[in-house]
Amino acid sequence: MPVAPAVPTRRPGSRILFFGLFVVGILVAWELLKFIGGDPWRYFGVTWRPPIELWFASDINLPHVWAIVARIFQPLTSGSAESLGSYLFFQSLYTWREAFIGFVVGGVLGVAIATAFVHFSLVERAFLPYVVASQTIPIVALAPMIVFFVGHNITAVVIIATYLSFFPVTIAMLRGLRSPDPRALELMRSYAATRRAILFKVRFPASVPYLFTAMKITATASVVGAIVGEGPGGIQAGLGRAILFFSQSYSIAPEKLWAAIWFTAVLGVAFYGVIRAIEVRILRGRPEAAGV
Amino acid sequence: MTTTDGSVVSLSHVDKTFGTPAAATTALADISLEIRRGEFVSLIGPSGCGKSTLLRLIGDLTEPTAGTIRVNGKPALQARLDRDYGMVFQAPVLFDWRTVEENVRLPLELFGQDKGTQASRTAEMLELVDLTDFARYRPYELSGGMQQRVAIARALAFSPLLLLMDEPFGALDEMTRERMNSEVLSIWQRTGITVVFVTHSIPEAVFLSTRVVVMSARPGRITRLVDVDLPQPRGLATRESVRYFELITEVREALRAGEGPVPEGGLSSPERTAAEGGIG
Repeated sequence: MPVAPAVPTRRPGSRILFFGLFVVGILVAWELLKFIGGDPWRYFGVTWRPPIELWFASDINLPHVWAIVARIFQPLTSGSAESLGSYLFFQSLYTWREAFIGFVVGGVLGVAIATAFVHFSLVERAFLPYVVASQTIPIVALAPMIVFFVGHNITAVVIIATYLSFFPVTIAMLRGLRSPDPRALELMRSYAATRRAILFKVRFPASVPYLFTAMKITATASVVGAIVGEGPGGIQAGLGRAILFFSQSYSIAPEKLWAAIWFTAVLGVAFYGVIRAIEVRILRGRPEAAGV
Repeated sequence: MTTTDGSVVSLSHVDKTFGTPAAATTALADISLEIRRGEFVSLIGPSGCGKSTLLRLIGDLTEPTAGTIRVNGKPALQARLDRDYGMVFQAPVLFDWRTVEENVRLPLELFGQDKGTQASRTAEMLELVDLTDFARYRPYELSGGMQQRVAIARALAFSPLLLLMDEPFGALDEMTRERMNSEVLSIWQRTGITVVFVTHSIPEAVFLSTRVVVMSARPGRITRLVDVDLPQPRGLATRESVRYFELITEVREALRAGEGPVPEGGLSSPERTAAEGGIG
């Protein structure tokens, strides 16, 4: 009477395939808009004049996909040895490093705050309102203040990324640490288990799925935090800086800003994907593994 | 260690009330009971008679309002701290992130036993409940009856002297339940453990026990102690013996007497009797 594994297994390959089709679909829609409402297409001596005019589909507002791709392989500026793609790739890594530190610090902070709250209800009642209130302050208001305190350096950017990361983790972990069945806690009481043992043997393992849900949010949030922070932080590198640079020359070279935005999107998706892959590995064999 | 009089559980004038002193509900009133070593005692009574509360009091999962509770000759708190008893709940309460054997091993990890002892003891317990082949399964991959066997193996893993079971088979179908009853009896005979078993099934209580404690509700009291003199080992023949049915009737009548006066016609129909078997 062995029972078949209850977890419906979907191969991760199909998920990635679907995502790829989704991206292709967006690019096709993009060019379709330009085909019916953009600037005239002039290729191989043939001119196609779109029947209507859509202001957002002009070459300046929405460059051709291939124009952006081509620009990625051209030099960063005329005469420079480095291609735009190579430049953006290394700026992405730079930004990712800032985001990753913020992601880790924010994650640890979130877990620590939630653990303290669960064990000391007085601390929770005193501080939870402030944790929630902290998230109502927009990052653009907070960033200059952080820079004022720690100076124009990478620390400021990391703090901003941390600030955007810790909250989802705190809230998810509060749920997760409280998710065990009351009878599970009673069982541990029957073993005269210490609070420490209950934390490590029951509460932490039970909250792992919750933690991953939060980390999938903060993987992208920390990237946003790092990019936004690079401007006021005065960092002379990173995707945020590249976006600021390229937006100044947008009217001359819109493809460069678009390329930077693409790299930003890819960075966020890649970070998310890594966390998702780790989640699948760690939750393997648990009923929660079937979730998104 | 047991006391000189051989009592594993000793309750003396125990009261338990819930709520504030102003609006208190008496769950248990003046409970006195001695459970001797090696006994299999069932607590039976209608819903709300406090039988589960009584079990939780013995396990020091809740505290009495008045009276004293001694387990293995010690206050209940000390017995819990000394890990003198194993507990099985109505739900198996297994952890999905642990395999079956890791679940059984949990108390041994908590008690800091060395890895070798943990492994051999876990294997022994899985053998006892006949789940050796499922050691590496996850709990949710098992049927309800198998899950409850894992819970029993876990409760026995650290060789407690006392096993507390709170309606452990209440959620199982009748066939599985009867099979589980036989398994529990065989474990009880092989280990010599003392068992306190909460149920609301009269046949289950009679089949398993050496003594049935009949309780009434509002407030919860012990109304009758029924000695079950059915011969051991018990099996299918026991369930078909005349004495078995006599004892079932005796327990049922004790339960009915505990209910107090019943409105006219309330008890006569066969449906009512059947329902009683279910409710206890």
